[in-house]
Amino acid sequence: MTENVGKVVSINGNLVSVEFSGNVSMNEICYVMVDKTQLKSEVIRIRGNVAQIQVYEMTGGIKHGDEVRFTGEMLSAQLGPGLLGQIYDGLQNPLPLLAEQAGWFLERGIYAESLDSEKKWEFTPTAKVGDTLRAGEYFATVPEGPFTHKIFIPFNLLGKYTIKSIAEKGEYTVNETVAVVTDERGKEFPLSMSFKWPVKRAVSCYSERLAPVETMETKVRLIDSFFPVAKGGTYCIPGPFGAGKTVLQHATSKYADVDIVIIAACGERAGEVVETLTEFPELIDPKTGGSLMERTIIICNTSSMPVASREASVYTSVTLAEYYRQMGLNVLLLADSTSRWAQALREMSGRLEEIPGEEAFPAYLESYIAAFYERAGYVRLPDGSHGSVTIGGTVSPAGGNFEEPVTQATLKVVGAFHGLSRERSDARKYPAIDPLISWSKYNCVIDSKKSEFCKSILFEGDEIGSMMKVVGEEGTSIEDYITYLKADMLDAVYLQQNSFDLIEANCGTARQRYVIDKLVYVLGSNYSAKDKDDAHSFFNRMRQKFIDWNYTEFGSDEFKNIEAEIDAIHREGNGELTEKARLLLKGGE
Amino acid sequence: MSKVYNRIESITGNVITLKATDVKYNELAEINTRFGKSLAQVIKIDGDVISLQIFAGGKGVSTGDEVRFLGHEMQVSFSEDLLGRIFNGSGEPRDNGPALTENMTPIGGPSVNPTKRILANRMMRTNIPMIDMFNTLVVSQKLPIFSISGEPYNELLARIAMQAEADVILLGGMGLKYDDFLYFKDTLSKGGALSKTVMFIHTASDPTVECMMIPDMTLAVAEQFALQNKDVLVLLTDMTNFADAMKEIAITQEQVPSNRGYPGDLYSQLAARYEKAVDFDDSGSVTVLAVTTMPGDDVTHPVPDNTGYITEGQYYLKGGRIEPFGSLSRLKQNVNSKTRKDHRALMDAMIRIYSSYKETLEKKNMGFSMSRWDEKLLKYGELFENKLMDLSVNLTLEQALDLGWEILADCFERDETGIKSELTDEFWPKQ
Repeated sequence: MTENVGKVVSINGNLVSVEFSGNVSMNEICYVMVDKTQLKSEVIRIRGNVAQIQVYEMTGGIKHGDEVRFTGEMLSAQLGPGLLGQIYDGLQNPLPLLAEQAGWFLERGIYAESLDSEKKWEFTPTAKVGDTLRAGEYFATVPEGPFTHKIFIPFNLLGKYTIKSIAEKGEYTVNETVAVVTDERGKEFPLSMSFKWPVKRAVSCYSERLAPVETMETKVRLIDSFFPVAKGGTYCIPGPFGAGKTVLQHATSKYADVDIVIIAACGERAGEVVETLTEFPELIDPKTGGSLMERTIIICNTSSMPVASREASVYTSVTLAEYYRQMGLNVLLLADSTSRWAQALREMSGRLEEIPGEEAFPAYLESYIAAFYERAGYVRLPDGSHGSVTIGGTVSPAGGNFEEPVTQATLKVVGAFHGLSRERSDARKYPAIDPLISWSKYNCVIDSKKSEFCKSILFEGDEIGSMMKVVGEEGTSIEDYITYLKADMLDAVYLQQNSFDLIEANCGTARQRYVIDKLVYVLGSNYSAKDKDDAHSFFNRMRQKFIDWNYTEFGSDEFKNIEAEIDAIHREGNGELTEKARLLLKGGE
Repeated sequence: MSKVYNRIESITGNVITLKATDVKYNELAEINTRFGKSLAQVIKIDGDVISLQIFAGGKGVSTGDEVRFLGHEMQVSFSEDLLGRIFNGSGEPRDNGPALTENMTPIGGPSVNPTKRILANRMMRTNIPMIDMFNTLVVSQKLPIFSISGEPYNELLARIAMQAEADVILLGGMGLKYDDFLYFKDTLSKGGALSKTVMFIHTASDPTVECMMIPDMTLAVAEQFALQNKDVLVLLTDMTNFADAMKEIAITQEQVPSNRGYPGDLYSQLAARYEKAVDFDDSGSVTVLAVTTMPGDDVTHPVPDNTGYITEGQYYLKGGRIEPFGSLSRLKQNVNSKTRKDHRALMDAMIRIYSSYKETLEKKNMGFSMSRWDEKLLKYGELFENKLMDLSVNLTLEQALDLGWEILADCFERDETGIKSELTDEFWPKQ
């Protein structure tokens, strides 16, 4: 292949214009040569013989006339065994390797191999010579941590391929040829255990995409019981700063019931990545018994890293998620924050002098966001197994106002909405998901009628609360006042959850079902209170017991003791189960 | 053998263009005007047309002035000699000391590899209860102080500079009133902190472009000290002036504005500065406290809003007090489990009850009668505000915690506080 070389003609921020003579394709990767280093860039517009490229690095020092080398390839992710446990930047360079090469700082122009080319993997062929396979079907496996990593016919090979030769069971590196396949015309393709896939294209080597029905447990009561997320579904968490988006994502990444978690730290704080890096290797994954890091990949492009690779990081993450889904695994992708990605698009759009849309975001913002979330899904694979990619994205709306373009575009395409409110976080009510505005289209882990019953108490309580602000407590009937107290208690003991306490934070389905029954029992009872002060102190006591209850191990003696005390308080207050609640509880049995 | 150019093609605001070859992006140049020499920086290259931004501003620049390219980007001298000195946004001395030219270090360097950072886990004590107890400042944290013009934010910064446990203090002033500059200088020298302080000061009357250089200069020096195993505290005031300087320059360059005239990369620009806060894995640290005044007390204004998304919490300074609502130190969890075991629960409970107090106060102001519970809340609110929130209170963390329990016991029964019984058993004051 002849080398395609161009020359820099103009520089404006990270947008560089290059004059070229051969052929250049859209989104092609090229390198700007500056003082012995090469800066990775991507073609984002071509006009005549000038290509405009976005440079993934700082552009200081580039001169008019500097050489630009085009590679002919699009931005791709390297797929193969060894991805799990890695910490990558947005361009899939392993950060620990960069640190070895460059020290403290992320010096520009230094790139490293995404997969360790020295490491040997225990290869077991599953196909034999003469078998015919298609892209996305596997011909071998290697163990990777607790998982069986499947080795695929590369996703970009179209048509049918026949295995001509395949390596024996044994140890090989990712780059060694382990099989040779021939296409229908007899052309030979040597295959190794890894291959590249352009990140901006969705992987679609599955047989069928199915509706997401199975709930993904997050162990967060408010989510699982009221606003659940399905495996293969999508959800978004918009919220003003400080409302706890990242804490919530962090808790989900620890406790969610999935095989693999991919954390895309996109344009956010480096400190948060460090937190995950410090914490995860120490934590045990209850499912596999290994460390949590073994099931995690971190793609980190923090806010001070170059903007263009921030955009790439989102696509790199979802590509890795799709790759593991192809193995029949459930993958959760947590993107924090999609607004930063949208802002990266805005910055480039501004430099390209495109006509701005709302709040100067580009007009194609909505379609880009939709296309990203649509890469989630629950699918049936060629071998009959199922896999899923669930995407949870945080949104950071300017001023905490959900009427802005990124939130609105996201709400159109997701299946669940967890809206965080400043009011709740100011009052330290965590997680600060506002039950009055959030919604979900998926199935919750508890009986949905009980879920509705509890939500209706919250809505009534809120109405009475706002009425009380106008007419005062004395203008409120004792029945209404009790409903208000019930809503307040439900909020305090069930919706709020301490994500820093090990037992509290990890509230499984069985426990949620058990506790919600007790709550329906307590909240669905009428009490004989003398006056409002009496009612107030009664519910304070009840609340306190429930809070203590939450901190005990499920099913332990202490758990049972406190439950007995709750029942005792219920009796003291002359609690009488209403017909409605009785039916609910009966239906639940 | 740098070539001298003396034909300036256009002058718009602070930006000049001229034709030149072999010029690097971001390179510095020196321009010789009738008012003296000034630095300028290459901000755009279009073929052989070079756009330069003049630090001293475009006023009085003539088309015939001489421009000489220096071949390097903006840099600052770094050595122990900096301590006690004061510089402007071009790195020239503002005091009467000599100019420093040795060991020049580039500013605005690349970001730290996240794998070379360590988890922020050391408390930085300030003896201000609203900080230490409720929103603990942590070494390597970046926190803005959201405030309004007229609030004593510079006094607060100065007090933190004097009391905080840090080896080196760096003060970056942007658009400072001259009086405020003098106030900092006097307070720090009276308190004996000047010898461990370096100041980069841009006053309101200095050229706008220099304002934009202040954070980068300050943070580049801070980073160098941190790499010498020092715990550095960087104080910046006021970042809104920095953002406004960026806005002014973006608009004169005809960039498409995104929100209220600010450039679309406001978030990235602010983040590039704040993210310099770091705790290196085998060296020192940089902690950043930056005043951000909110025009019209509006937290949704683009500058405080973008800042809030970048920083690890914020302090709200309002009515001369650090407000418990809205103020948040996100890193406090990393340290407040190790201080005293009641710290976290007590802090949460006190804020939660204070929030109920605020609701009750609202009801009271609307003329509703107060229940027995309301009366308790009112008593609590007053005690809390006077004994803990007041900025003049100077208590160690442990003293503040004890005081907190006393206030609670003074107003409530144990089960009214929502604190788990294990803690009230141990800490509830015995009558």
